[in-house]
Amino acid sequence: MIRLEDVHKWYGEFHVLKAINLEVEKGQKVVVCGPSGSGKSTMIRCINRLEEHQRGRIVVDGIELTSDVKNVDAIRREVGMVFQHFNLFPHLTVLENLTLAPIWVRRIPRKEAEETAMFFLERVKIPEQAHKYPGQLSGGQQQRVAIARALCMKPKIMLFDEPTSALDPEMVKEVLDVMIELADEGMTMIVVTHEMGFAKSVADFVVFMDKGEIVEVAPPEEFFTNPKSDRTRLFLSQILAH
Amino acid sequence: MATGEISAASLRPPVAERLGVVGWMRRNLFNSPFDSVLTVILALFLAWALVQLFEWAVLNAVWRAESKQECEAAFRGERGACWALLRARFGQYVYGLYPVEERWRIDLAFVLLIVAMAPLFLRIGINKLLYALGLILVYPILAYTLFLGGRFGLALVETSKWGGLFLTLVIAGVGITASLPLGILLALGRRSRLPVVKALSVAFIELVRGVPLVTVLFMASVMLPLFLPEGVTFDKLLRALVGVSLFSAAYMAEVVRGGLQAIPKGQYEAAAALGLGYWKMMGLIVLPQALRLVIPGIVNTFIGLFKDTSLVLIVGLYDLLGMAQLIIKDPQWLGLATETYLIAAAGFWIFCFGMSRYSMALERRLARGHRR
Repeated sequence: MIRLEDVHKWYGEFHVLKAINLEVEKGQKVVVCGPSGSGKSTMIRCINRLEEHQRGRIVVDGIELTSDVKNVDAIRREVGMVFQHFNLFPHLTVLENLTLAPIWVRRIPRKEAEETAMFFLERVKIPEQAHKYPGQLSGGQQQRVAIARALCMKPKIMLFDEPTSALDPEMVKEVLDVMIELADEGMTMIVVTHEMGFAKSVADFVVFMDKGEIVEVAPPEEFFTNPKSDRTRLFLSQILAH
Repeated sequence: MATGEISAASLRPPVAERLGVVGWMRRNLFNSPFDSVLTVILALFLAWALVQLFEWAVLNAVWRAESKQECEAAFRGERGACWALLRARFGQYVYGLYPVEERWRIDLAFVLLIVAMAPLFLRIGINKLLYALGLILVYPILAYTLFLGGRFGLALVETSKWGGLFLTLVIAGVGITASLPLGILLALGRRSRLPVVKALSVAFIELVRGVPLVTVLFMASVMLPLFLPEGVTFDKLLRALVGVSLFSAAYMAEVVRGGLQAIPKGQYEAAAALGLGYWKMMGLIVLPQALRLVIPGIVNTFIGLFKDTSLVLIVGLYDLLGMAQLIIKDPQWLGLATETYLIAAAGFWIFCFGMSRYSMALERRLARGHRR
């Protein structure tokens, strides 16, 4: 479903991604973790070309990401993304946030798009907020709207870029619950997160990155109990210490 | 009663002393002996000036007279304002040199505009954007045909006869409708990733902003004909319109660019991740937010443009201010410069103040939705 082969990226002289190889099958859930600045966000942002890679190949759902705009558009239609800071459109109501892309990109009639939107708002358990503006919602609610917004495009793959990092602690659970439900339904997911509980219960395998490299790829039970590399052990000791 | 018996929750700040008019005056006007002296002196001066103005403009003013001589004769004692001038010259102020018997065409166009714009301000189920676009495309043609005539049995009225408030509104109206979309395109161009588009936008903006409007108008009217082949002439008014529009577009572009820069990168990314292309991203996500942010700047540019229309005097067009200067030279009313200019100033002020109030109302209405 997603294949990265020898992917490199530089910011000027700085080598952010070094020889990344990763393969994700349909329905698999992958958790990516690692210290900040390790390139994990950059990697998943390459998958829908919010960032451009400079060497190697990225193939998503059978389409290779090249500078061809048509391919980029095609992939972005199939890949949903949830951001750390939600990035809802503040000038539109929740419902308009959800129906905008289906109407303008997928050319779905407004009525049908609104029905779909309400269906997904029910799923993230906030249908009563449909006519409010994002600024009137709590962080947890905003992030659930953001997830619903991505789902309204009926994506085959969902990317999550630290979806709970900007949330107050008491709101993390409501967002993770929605993500777990989504995972149970068989969505292909790549999640950059430090929520190790989520990784343990949901991930098919965990990818550990450091300094632009993939250091270790392992199923969660093995990753947490028996990490192979020193860098992984150090990282785990740091985040599990408290 | 002991103070301990008052519960903290029942305490309120003392109201009248600190928040009322008295409190405000004490803080701002009579804070020290020196402040108090200044306040009293200034208050006396203001009162004196206002009384003088009131006596001149209202008490001693003459409202009905056929000429300046009659005005002077009517003054009892002190000299007041001769507002009879406004009564006598109102037509010229509003319509310029437009023939009296054809003035109904301007009135008709004005009424048509108001009727046509009404749906934009009412809550009815139409696509307001499409309607506004249609209006912008159709109305100018209709109005131009009406004003100029020479067709459909209407007498021809050369643009050199257009003038007064009417001409001011034509130039400002065209300038405003043309400069906003042009300015938006230039602002987008300046932030474009395409080097040629970017270079052209930057060059245009910096070139036009670096030159006074008077120069632009002068060039358009004097230099342009030199470069055109023999026999090809553009209407003087058209040249002024193009000059004013391009000039304000350059300013508008910088105002809009300020708004574009205030939109967080996350908004672009979210739009891109949903598969929106460049124009949809700009049109649906970025511009609606950016323009809302810079409404004060946009209206500021509009107001500047409205007043700058008086510079068309330099190419021999008589707008509201231009008419005032013609009226001053009228032998019957010679020597009434103060009244003449005050009337023109009042004309400008009414429209500029109206725009300012409208923009404030618009900001409040738009802000109601998405308070952060």
